[in-house]
Amino acid sequence: MILIRLAWQSLLSRRLTVGLTVFAVALSVALFLGVEKVRTGAKASFADTISGTDLIVGARSGGVQLLLYSVFRVGNATNNLTWESYQDIAARDEVEWIVPMSLGDSHRGYRVLGTTTAFFDRYKYRAGRALDYAAGVAYDDLFDAVLGADVAAQLGYGLGQEIVVAHGIASFTEHDDKPFRVSGILAKTGTPVDRTVFVSLEAIEAIHVDWTGGGRSRDTVSADEVRQMELAPKAITAALIGVTSKLQIFGLQRWINEYAEEPLLAILPGVALGELWDIIGVAETALVGVSVMVVVTALLGMAAMIFSGLNERRREMAILRAVGARPWTILALLMTEAALMSLAAVLFGLGLLYTGMFFARSYVDAAFGLYLQIGAPTGRELAVLAAVVAAGTLVSLAPALRAYRMSLADGMQIKV
Amino acid sequence: MAEPTERHAIRLRDLAFAWPGRTGFSLGVAEFSVAAGERVFLLGESGSGKSTLLSLICGIAEPQKGAVEVDGADLMRMGGPARDRFRANRIGVIFQMFNLLPYASALENILLPLAFAPERRRTVEDPRAEALRLTGALGLDAGLVAHARASELSIGQQQRIAAARALIGGPRLVIADEPTSALDAAAQGAFLELLMGQVAAAGATLVMVSHDARLADRFDRVLDIAEIAATGRAGP
Repeated sequence: MILIRLAWQSLLSRRLTVGLTVFAVALSVALFLGVEKVRTGAKASFADTISGTDLIVGARSGGVQLLLYSVFRVGNATNNLTWESYQDIAARDEVEWIVPMSLGDSHRGYRVLGTTTAFFDRYKYRAGRALDYAAGVAYDDLFDAVLGADVAAQLGYGLGQEIVVAHGIASFTEHDDKPFRVSGILAKTGTPVDRTVFVSLEAIEAIHVDWTGGGRSRDTVSADEVRQMELAPKAITAALIGVTSKLQIFGLQRWINEYAEEPLLAILPGVALGELWDIIGVAETALVGVSVMVVVTALLGMAAMIFSGLNERRREMAILRAVGARPWTILALLMTEAALMSLAAVLFGLGLLYTGMFFARSYVDAAFGLYLQIGAPTGRELAVLAAVVAAGTLVSLAPALRAYRMSLADGMQIKV
Repeated sequence: MAEPTERHAIRLRDLAFAWPGRTGFSLGVAEFSVAAGERVFLLGESGSGKSTLLSLICGIAEPQKGAVEVDGADLMRMGGPARDRFRANRIGVIFQMFNLLPYASALENILLPLAFAPERRRTVEDPRAEALRLTGALGLDAGLVAHARASELSIGQQQRIAAARALIGGPRLVIADEPTSALDAAAQGAFLELLMGQVAAAGATLVMVSHDARLADRFDRVLDIAEIAATGRAGP
């Protein structure tokens, strides 16, 4: 008890240097915990990119690849899925809903997704949140388009804006004979939806009706003429499926994967997301590594501060020795001080973290689509905090041992 | 020796000691004893080995050879922790200056030894009251003792707080290392008067080291350290 009181009073008497040291450690702790929060938040946000969808179907390729092009709009489908296969799947009893997706065109670098308006109802993210409109409504006319939040913000588009879809992903040929009009703009989600231009499935057919192979055919069809035509798609890129009962997911998945008419692949989004995170998650390890180094640096700074104070404290040690303190008591006193400093730093760091999160949360969500959960520290975080206190105490062992040896050598002589 | 050792507060015999390290300062004592209740003045210039001698008596430094007995106990038979405990219980120390922990209050400084000395703690029923009684006897205001931080006190006040700390709980031996050299001449006499009065009241033995021979006439016995101890310095 006397040790803790002496340590506390001694720390208070040096409140400026002690305060700065504690602040440095607290900052490093806050940084570390912040990285943890961002990391778990990013992982959760990533895993929540798509929810509510039980299966994603596409032409047979790899699961991660299907996920990449159907959900993240990265890369291209190797093959399409015929409209007949789509209808076969849609007719299954297990299928509660199915949303076709047709990819392949772009607008100024943003992917264009042809889909039904059901997509806006069925696509869920972040544990079941539905898409919302920042302005306007879903498309009604054949040449209406809905923009993701980033598309509208980056290109400065508003409702009624006329846009032209380019053929392919990075192409100079445009479907400029059939321009679209923006009917709605979606609210920010932090998912690839933000970077997508949505049009109806029929519109994708309409702009390609006078195209054969990779180029425009000689007999062009005007925008007005195309409205009179039958625009049923012949093929789509992928489809999102919701099942009536979760128990049927695997049965349906097997049925699709064994579909005889053409090679198909059905994946569970969660599983594929996990696989994908394993690939890109290496960066998180690097991030954790860097923040661990910051904590270590701050703790070494604390040890240096204790070291540099030792000479000035020889008098104090001699007094303690004279009244009967053992050299071990001196060692324990210094380590108690370090433990108190570490504890204060950890508590202060927690305070910094929560204050920072409280103020930054809405900005981070809006700017990066990263939802930071403010909650009690997790078991893992508490373990980290305990480890910091332990490490801080342990690091002080070096200066404490030096003080121990000094107090043995100095004895009661006061060396100033 | 036929004499019972209990009659000695301090007894050093055939002592040889050298500080470890490069300084190579060594000290030898053939025979030195102080009787219980005696007040001894040791005259010594700085460099005479007085700090080393006091460290040996207090059991902080350990001689390479010889015997150190304090209050009838052989310090050399004890391990380090036991000597520390023994010092806490039996010996009160007053330094030349900088006696107090600057961040603690005067009262906390006085009570400090009791935390390390269970025997002294047992003799005091109410440590706070006893501390205030001692400081009162030493002429300090109770409010000052209870509330002022050590760093706020004048040097004379600090030395009296240090005396109270050395005396609390009735240690058998009080060691004072130049306790008055930071005080002016008038304050020196007053301080010594108060210190000796309280040492006598506690029935303790007093050993005081100083380079100032003018203070010597108040003591039972005056010795020059040079007569007791032979010092040597192994060249660099």
